[in-house]
Amino acid sequence: MNLQSPLGKARGLGAAKSGTNHWWMQRLTAIGLIPLSIWFIIEILLAVGNDYNGAKEFIRNPFTAIFLILFIVLTFHHAQLGLQVVVEDYVKRKPFEIGLLILIKGAAILLSLTALFAVLSIAFGGA
Amino acid sequence: MADFVLPRNSKVKSGKVWPKPEDTSNTRTFKVYRWSPDENENPSIDTYTVDMNSCGPMVLDALIKIKNEIDPTLTFRRSCREGVCGSCAMNIDGCNTLACTSFNSEVKGDIKIYPLPHQEVVKDLVPDMTHFFAQYREVEPWLKADSQPPERERLQSIEDREKLDGLYECILCACCSTSCPSYWWNADRYLGPAVLLQAYRWLADSRDEATGDRLDKLEDPFRLYRCHTIMNCTKTCPKSLNPAKAIAEIKKMMLERQI
Repeated sequence: MNLQSPLGKARGLGAAKSGTNHWWMQRLTAIGLIPLSIWFIIEILLAVGNDYNGAKEFIRNPFTAIFLILFIVLTFHHAQLGLQVVVEDYVKRKPFEIGLLILIKGAAILLSLTALFAVLSIAFGGA
Repeated sequence: MADFVLPRNSKVKSGKVWPKPEDTSNTRTFKVYRWSPDENENPSIDTYTVDMNSCGPMVLDALIKIKNEIDPTLTFRRSCREGVCGSCAMNIDGCNTLACTSFNSEVKGDIKIYPLPHQEVVKDLVPDMTHFFAQYREVEPWLKADSQPPERERLQSIEDREKLDGLYECILCACCSTSCPSYWWNADRYLGPAVLLQAYRWLADSRDEATGDRLDKLEDPFRLYRCHTIMNCTKTCPKSLNPAKAIAEIKKMMLERQI
C-alpha cells in the first residue's frame, strides 16, 4: 500500500539536472552523420572490386583515414545515445536497466576502438 | 523489461446491447466502454442506439441523452458543454478529444467512445487525473517574482503578451498527454505535453522572474527529455494548440543557457 501524496509521487527524486547534453549530442551527431554516411556509401561503392592492396591504399590516404575515424566515432556515439533512450523508455526494472546501459556503453567503446585500431594500423602501415 | 502481459481488466468483453428506439430509422449506434469498480468484472463495450431526431449534434449531447433516457448508470464527466472546461475529454472514434466539441456527423459508422488511454479508470469514461494534476502542481503554475510588487498591475508589452498566445488557451483536458506513447510508458517521471506546455507558459511570461529555477526543475532525462517529438499531442489537441512546439522551445532555452 502506498500512502505517499500525489505531489510527493510527482516530485519523486527531483530533477537530475542533466539531459540537455545528451539531447544536443544526439542531434549534432545525427547532423554530422548525414554527409559522412553519404561519403562513406559512395566510397564503398567506388571500392567494389578492389583487392586488399587497393583497400589499404584507399585507407592510407590521410583524408580518408581522418573521415573514417570521424565516421566511426560519430556512428558509435550516436548509436550509444539512441540505444540508451530506447532502454530508458522501455526497460522498467532498475538493475536490468543499469546493466543494459553499461553493456551498451561498453560495446560501443569496444567496437569503436576495434574499428579505430584497424584504420590506424592500416594508415600507419602496420597491416 | 517492459510489461508485455496486459494487466488485469485490460481484456474488454462485448457488453450489453440496449434496445433500439421504435418508430424511427434516423438512429446512430454508440459503442461505449463500461467498467465499474463495484463489480468484479472486466470492462465491456455496451451498444446504445440513439434516436437522432431528438438528439443534439454533439457526441456529448448523445451521451447525455443515453444517460437520461436509456441507461442512467453510464458515467462521464461534463460541465461547460462548450470546450472551455476540459471535463469531457475522452477517446472518440480513436482520437482523444472533447465530447462537447465533436460532431456526431463527423464520425463514420458506429461512434466508439473510450476513456482517455492509459489512465486508471475510476468508472466508465472517468479517468483518474490525480497524478496529472499533481504533475501540474509540480511545475508551480503561477507567477513568481521577487521584485517589489508595483502599485498597480504588472505591465507587459503587447509583443511580450503575444508570446503567451497559443499557451494560455490550454484547458488541461489531458487529451495530449494521454495520447503520448512516451507518457504512457513513463508517466511516473515524464511530465507529458500538457504540463510541459503549461510550464512553458510561465517560462515565456515576461513578468515571471523564476525562469532559471523553472528550467532547473525541468532539466531531467525523464521530466523533459522523454519527449521524442512523436507529435501526437499537437495532432490531437482539441484546442488546436501545439504542445510539441512548446516543448521544443523549452529545450532551446535549456541549450541557450549552456552554450
